[in-house]
Amino acid sequence: MSPTDAKRPLQLNDNGQLRHFLSLDGLPRELLDEILDTADSFLEVGARAVKKVPLLRGKTVCNVFFENSTRTRTTFELAAQRLSADVITLNVSTSSTSKGETLFDTLRNLEAMAADMFVVRHAESGAAHFIAEHVCPDVAVINGGDGRHAHPTQGMLDMLTIRRHKGSFENLSVAIVGDILHSRVARSDMLALKTLGCPDIRVIGPQTLLPAGLEQYGVRVFHDMQEGLAGVDVIIMLRLQRERMQSGLLPSQGEFYRLYGLTSQRLALASPTAIVMHPGPINRGVEIESAVADGSHSVILNQVTYGIAIRMAVLSMAMSGQATQRQLNQDVEEQN
Amino acid sequence: MRIHILGGRLIDPASGLDQRADLYIDNGRIAAIANAPAGFAADETLDARGLVVAPGLVDLSVSLREPGYSRKGTIASETLAAVAGGVTSLCCPPETNPVLDTPAVAELILDRARESARTKVFPIGALSKELAGEQLAELVTLRDAGCVAFGNGLVEFSDTRSLRRALEYAATFDLCVVLHSQDRDLAVGGLAHEGATASFLGLAGIPESAETVALARQLLLVEEAGVRAHFSQLSSARGAQMIAEAQARGLPVTADVAMYQLILTDEALRDFSSLYHVQPPLRTQADRDGLREAVKSGVISAIASHHQPHEADAKQAPFGETEPGISSVDILLPLAMTLVRDGLLDLPTLLARLSCGPAAALRLPVGQLAVGAPADLLLFDPEASTLAGENWFSKGRNCPFIGQQLPGLVHYTLLDGRIGYRAHHGSHR
Repeated sequence: MSPTDAKRPLQLNDNGQLRHFLSLDGLPRELLDEILDTADSFLEVGARAVKKVPLLRGKTVCNVFFENSTRTRTTFELAAQRLSADVITLNVSTSSTSKGETLFDTLRNLEAMAADMFVVRHAESGAAHFIAEHVCPDVAVINGGDGRHAHPTQGMLDMLTIRRHKGSFENLSVAIVGDILHSRVARSDMLALKTLGCPDIRVIGPQTLLPAGLEQYGVRVFHDMQEGLAGVDVIIMLRLQRERMQSGLLPSQGEFYRLYGLTSQRLALASPTAIVMHPGPINRGVEIESAVADGSHSVILNQVTYGIAIRMAVLSMAMSGQATQRQLNQDVEEQN
Repeated sequence: MRIHILGGRLIDPASGLDQRADLYIDNGRIAAIANAPAGFAADETLDARGLVVAPGLVDLSVSLREPGYSRKGTIASETLAAVAGGVTSLCCPPETNPVLDTPAVAELILDRARESARTKVFPIGALSKELAGEQLAELVTLRDAGCVAFGNGLVEFSDTRSLRRALEYAATFDLCVVLHSQDRDLAVGGLAHEGATASFLGLAGIPESAETVALARQLLLVEEAGVRAHFSQLSSARGAQMIAEAQARGLPVTADVAMYQLILTDEALRDFSSLYHVQPPLRTQADRDGLREAVKSGVISAIASHHQPHEADAKQAPFGETEPGISSVDILLPLAMTLVRDGLLDLPTLLARLSCGPAAALRLPVGQLAVGAPADLLLFDPEASTLAGENWFSKGRNCPFIGQQLPGLVHYTLLDGRIGYRAHHGSHR
């Protein structure tokens, strides 16, 4: 096991291009802009009658989901198909691991089937890093969500949503509301917003749902929903899992909604042009009022559409970065 | 066998000795210091000029992995690693399979140690059966079988009353308990120190209060029971401070720290490297600095390797699915010498924390350079350096220091007057 080369972050190739997509940590602003620009161009593909481009023709994208997911898995499948890739989806949670096969062996087997790219979702934080670093460094690894750590494509699709509706990040106030502690989406959003220059990032929730050390993200912490929402341009609501009540982090769904639910009344405290986002699936009446979820400020369904474009962008960029790296390695070998 | 150790700097922290002098060994014991006994004719002379001659190190926690986990290590492999690291006496914790909770297991370990160990082995017995934290183990029977102290590892007793009774029972027979302080409920599911790094990585946190809450409870019960207690593997500055306060009010408790806790902090987890997955967790720089100060002041009187070798597979998984622990007894002396290099400790103080300090904590009859004492010695060059991993005897290579150049180089380790380890290396001076 070798530590990551500090000079070359794990997810970039020698030219600084994406070769894995594991986390938004350490990615420069230019790269995030490039992802957003590329996704913008793919949005047009989605609007065409023939929704395919041949960028990944002949490549095999393997979705390996160790955790259940519908939306993320489906949009990754669609993204890969629209890039003309062959797509395999494996729900490993129900197959190999129950037979005692390790993550290491599962991935090695798939690699042997000549997969060119893995999209991985796993319940353990750091799973995608582990795969990219120790299991199959030559296959592009896309993090489809790892534990509480990161969900970088969701983070980027949130950024695309904000950019398309608000134009830029320079003068925005963005509030992220709810269960930050367990949320990989919140972590990716905070990193992306910081990198893209958003000057006012707020997180709102009770202390039991906020992780330690939030100051490292450059965010302001609010425990009061009304105060935190005042004048914001973007509201990102997070899903509240039922387990949070059982583990004593909250007394009840009812009290949570009473304190942190996004109601029309509270929405009125935000900017009149505020947009409401949610990574889905939403819990109506738990973190968000139905009228708000379906209302004119809501861009929740747009997020899903943008998600496909972002995933197309990331898949195509990582595949190309990985190919470039192979070429660079080959050149070095030939020189020696 | 008579050995003449020529011209070394003899350092014996227990007696305050620190002088350049010869040392004479006869029949496994130290026969004389400075002047040869009458008629002494050496069978072998070790040239120790330029070397420090010190008591062999005493390591309060080296997992030997036998019985039950020989894929990770064996008594032969891990004690060989220990002598290479300068250790001549070690305690092995009770987390074996089966657990060291019966005299049969104690006897098995001691029998195998007699056959294949390169160091003295002092087993620590389980305080509760199966280490389950419920029913007391047969402590007196285990003592008679050779256990020098009793611990329950990181497993807490199921309730405070059972812990209190265990301490009272141990006190009745003047047995020493080795306590780890980690509250089960506060640490449940935790993988890393609760702080900025764990938050950033999305790893479930173990708060500082997991240590301090358990420690506070244990200290009060230890005081009430009047039991001899040694606190093992402290991880927080606050914990060290609580030990200092207890000592200040006259409670005769001792404490140790893992060597790696004096070097590493939770920042090391940034790349999700499972090599840094340990329990209790690496904490902040302030914690590390607090622990270092406590070692300097003597509040923490023992530094132990807390050596936990693993097979490669145990670390080949996402962070949370890997087994905790660092293999490091191979380089205990060089790692510890970084504290001298960094200006924290002088050499005699460091050696005190590695020999007479730990020996006194568990009343082990080792750790001194006295005439008549067993000749358990360490000869090392403080000016040379060791490339960690160049020689490696532990079965576990799960060590984040491999590849680093560390200060100090072990030349010889002697056990009962016999050369137990002789370094085969070119000089790195």
